[in-house]
Amino acid sequence: MKNAILSDATLVRDYMDGNEQALSHLINRHQHRIYSFIYSKVFDKDVTEDVFQDTFIKVINTLKKGKYNEEGKFLPWVMRIAHNLVIDHFRKNKRMPKFENNGDFNIFSVLNDTDLNIEKQLIKDQIESDVKELIKELPEDQLEVLTMRIYKDMSFKEISERTGVSINTALGRMRYALINLRKIIEKHNLILTN
Amino acid sequence: MGKLYIKKSSKEENIKNLIPKKETLKFLLDYSKALRVIEHKTMTFDIILN
Repeated sequence: MKNAILSDATLVRDYMDGNEQALSHLINRHQHRIYSFIYSKVFDKDVTEDVFQDTFIKVINTLKKGKYNEEGKFLPWVMRIAHNLVIDHFRKNKRMPKFENNGDFNIFSVLNDTDLNIEKQLIKDQIESDVKELIKELPEDQLEVLTMRIYKDMSFKEISERTGVSINTALGRMRYALINLRKIIEKHNLILTN
Repeated sequence: MGKLYIKKSSKEENIKNLIPKKETLKFLLDYSKALRVIEHKTMTFDIILN
């Protein structure tokens, strides 16, 4: 009964003050909405359990560290964490596709053609030739380091020996080369993505 | 024509009344009880007590 009266904000404050029971009330109060939300995105109970657990581990860590600012938005905050973890899950799965054993075996769920198609290959070639033109606008010292690093695949140690500067200077030149390259791309209003 | 009996796909099944397993809830409450956060100057230490 008491649980029904206490607001989320009060329970959060109690929990941050060391009342472990308050966390139990908070989880019980919101478990269904959060769990259903995750399940509605991932459609897999095991993954839902994992994401639900990770969500509350983040909640617990944040609350225990006193980093949470109560603004009466406990549930939206937890939902946001869950949402971000769902996105992380899909990103991870994109890199490591999972074979779903749901009866309908689809060979393309485990096989993937990683080769670029003709169109993408053309775009890639075009981007690479554009970049080659753009880097010519860099100052000589930066162009030299960038060429050695990217096109000749040399280590910064080798670059420093070849150019007669310290490793830190070579690193600095590379950094400025990339910064300047971004500026040049912006100046020309180019979009270099495949 | 024969009737078609179709089992609902697992995606639609039980979408209502979804709640986490008791084990998951127990783990979270135990984790919370075990976690101690200690701050020292600018550093923060997380300690899990067994």
